[in-house]
Amino acid sequence: MNVLVYLLPVALGLGLTGLVAFLWALKSGQYDDLDGAAVRILDDDDVRRP
Amino acid sequence: MSVAISSPVSATRAAAPVATPGVAVGIDFSSLVTVAADGTRHLDLAVEGITCAACIGDIERGLAKLPGLDRARLNYTNRRLGVDWTAPGFDPAAVVARLAELGYRAHPFEASREEAIEAAQMRFLLRCLAVAGFAAMNIMLLSVSVWSGNVSDITDETRDLFHWLSALIALPAAAYAGQPFFRNAARAIRNRSMTMDVPISLGVTLALGMSLYETIHSAHHAYFDSAVMLLFFLLLGRVLDQVMRRKTRAVAGNLMALRGETATRIGADGTLQEVPVRAIRPGDHVLVRPGERIAVDGVVAEGLSELDASLVTGETAREPVGPGGRVYAGTVNLGGALTVAVTAAGQGTLLDEVNRLVAQAADARSRYLRLADRAARIYSPIVHVTALATAIGWMLAGASTHDAIITAIAVLIITCPCALALAVPATQVVASGALFRAGVLLQSADAIERMAACDTVVFDKTGTLTTPEPRVVNAAAVPADLMELARRLALSSHHPLAMALARDALGRQPLEGVRETTGQGVAALVDGAEVRLGSPAFCDAQEAARAALAGDGRSTVICVRHGDRVSVLLMHQVLRRDAAEVVAALKARGLRIVILSGDRPGPVAEAAQALGITDARAGLDPAGKIAALERLAGEGCRTLMVGDGLNDAPALAAAHASLSPVTAAHLAQASADGLFLGERLGPVADALAVSRRATRIMRENLAIAVVYNLVAVPLAMMGYVTPLIAAAAMSGSSIIVTVNALRARLPRGAAMSAPAAPAAVPGIARVAA
Repeated sequence: MNVLVYLLPVALGLGLTGLVAFLWALKSGQYDDLDGAAVRILDDDDVRRP
Repeated sequence: MSVAISSPVSATRAAAPVATPGVAVGIDFSSLVTVAADGTRHLDLAVEGITCAACIGDIERGLAKLPGLDRARLNYTNRRLGVDWTAPGFDPAAVVARLAELGYRAHPFEASREEAIEAAQMRFLLRCLAVAGFAAMNIMLLSVSVWSGNVSDITDETRDLFHWLSALIALPAAAYAGQPFFRNAARAIRNRSMTMDVPISLGVTLALGMSLYETIHSAHHAYFDSAVMLLFFLLLGRVLDQVMRRKTRAVAGNLMALRGETATRIGADGTLQEVPVRAIRPGDHVLVRPGERIAVDGVVAEGLSELDASLVTGETAREPVGPGGRVYAGTVNLGGALTVAVTAAGQGTLLDEVNRLVAQAADARSRYLRLADRAARIYSPIVHVTALATAIGWMLAGASTHDAIITAIAVLIITCPCALALAVPATQVVASGALFRAGVLLQSADAIERMAACDTVVFDKTGTLTTPEPRVVNAAAVPADLMELARRLALSSHHPLAMALARDALGRQPLEGVRETTGQGVAALVDGAEVRLGSPAFCDAQEAARAALAGDGRSTVICVRHGDRVSVLLMHQVLRRDAAEVVAALKARGLRIVILSGDRPGPVAEAAQALGITDARAGLDPAGKIAALERLAGEGCRTLMVGDGLNDAPALAAAHASLSPVTAAHLAQASADGLFLGERLGPVADALAVSRRATRIMRENLAIAVVYNLVAVPLAMMGYVTPLIAAAAMSGSSIIVTVNALRARLPRGAAMSAPAAPAAVPGIARVAA
């Protein structure tokens, strides 16, 4: 069962990474315009003068 | 004024210069601009006419070339454009003008306070959901190991380690993600009421506490996974509910903003400035030009005119007004220019009475008890008594106190109100989605249940059964070519009558070289002769107009002249296209139909006869409408009120449930449970059908939850429930309830609003303000 010593932290660490990534995405407004994000990716002209 | 604008026409009309000679053009948006700490100014606009993804690039690239503007970003989900600038001299009106050139109509938008609060709430719920999801998944990973270990060769040390790890994840996660429930539960207890949040909070807390106790004592079973999974499922339900509600609110907010309500304020030095209605204060003087809709309540200071007050009183007759006369927002100025002194609602005025009646009615409605809360009231005592009985029963049977309490808590966990708490919201989400597609925007969460209980539909006549704007009623008497010219010419005018005329001209080309004389009419040159469309005086047809109007109190005239041929078009409100069909369908479903109108008996009787409605009452004031509703309630009827006027607002608030067309007066919209879009009455029938179906499914779901408990509780009382069984039973029942909720959508082809609505809602392109 010694394998648990590193498997458990790895499993929990991966989960935590996912959680932090989601919270970051939420905070940076990436969930504000879901429909827009879906179509903007198809726009070739992605570098646009502000 | 509601005008359906298909894209080619909107582009042309928007591109035509807004001709208001002699008047300062350009709206002052300063009251809606927000300034950030670094000096960046920001303005949000609701944009109409976005039909496809390419519009994003169109708009953003089009605005990028605007000098002075730093940033423009379109939110494609809610059709709103945010613009930022730092240049001090930049006028945001330029953005609106540029968008008009591109073919989009835009109007500054001020997010309502509720919307801002809901956005913050949504973020918080999503964070809670993420935390609960993370915790549930990782604890499940540990729990599955313990469950399989318990039947094979797990050592006590490993199981304790896994339980401690679960506790380490579950306790902080539940403390964070459970906040929405704990707070609501605390509030409910303080108010001495009972909501579903109370048993949820109690169940979660007890499950966690008991599991922690068991972990400390190295026991075999802990219920960390059940508690956190319960939170995860319930949060998911709440998030979906919130998503639907925000979507509805965003569309309603855009429609409100796109009404573009501005007023022309007369400054102290006599200058004219167009400002958003919000920036007008009591005491200001505003100018109302002929043909404009009055945007404020006030007293006429100067000028003589006739008003179309149908949106306020429901009366279709024109109403003369002069100095000292009171005018209300929503009336249309049909005659000469007026100067209006803005006042707040004074004592004894119609507005004051309406406000008072609305407040009274809203107070009465807030006492309505929702289905879910009624279920919680029955459920909680039964469950808690059962748990207590279990503990006492086991102790009497000779079990140790510890075992008796553990079994009692297992009963609480297994009856965990998961299915029960999801039964109603899950159905509500699906049903409001179905209503959204049918063109009905719900404003209150319990409207579905209340609508389903209605057995009587009360219609207002003016603007509800009839179209809100007038139509030509004597088209047959007008030469076809003259009518055609009139319609094409009308495309270039901003007068409400001309815009109503232009409705039937969609797809036609506007005439070229059109000149508009404000308050008079429009003219253009066709085949060497001048075509004029406008007031009788403008077309030199006073005699013909007087003759046509003789003995007709409700029609308004608009004249058309080509060379020396003249025709008089009589216009008044006509029944909505599908009104008869919808009324017949409602009757076929066994609903009683009543008309309560503020209009005179003649037109009311005429409409009632055309629709086959026997119960019609005319000449009612706001209090009269409420009295009529109360009489209906006294006969045991539950009423669905459908109305649009300021005079309907109290009745809308007093009825068991209510709907307003999107063209309704502000106060009426605010008092109604929902809005319906478009020119058809079909959404009303759909709203009733969907809510009846949804409420039946809610009851089914509650029944499923009860049956589930009838099976699970005896097992738990006997002490057979392990954490594995608890987890399986809980998710199983939640999934059954959710899948059943999906049936709340209307079956294909059953919607009466079917042809127009799907296009109308997502793009909001076809439903103008």
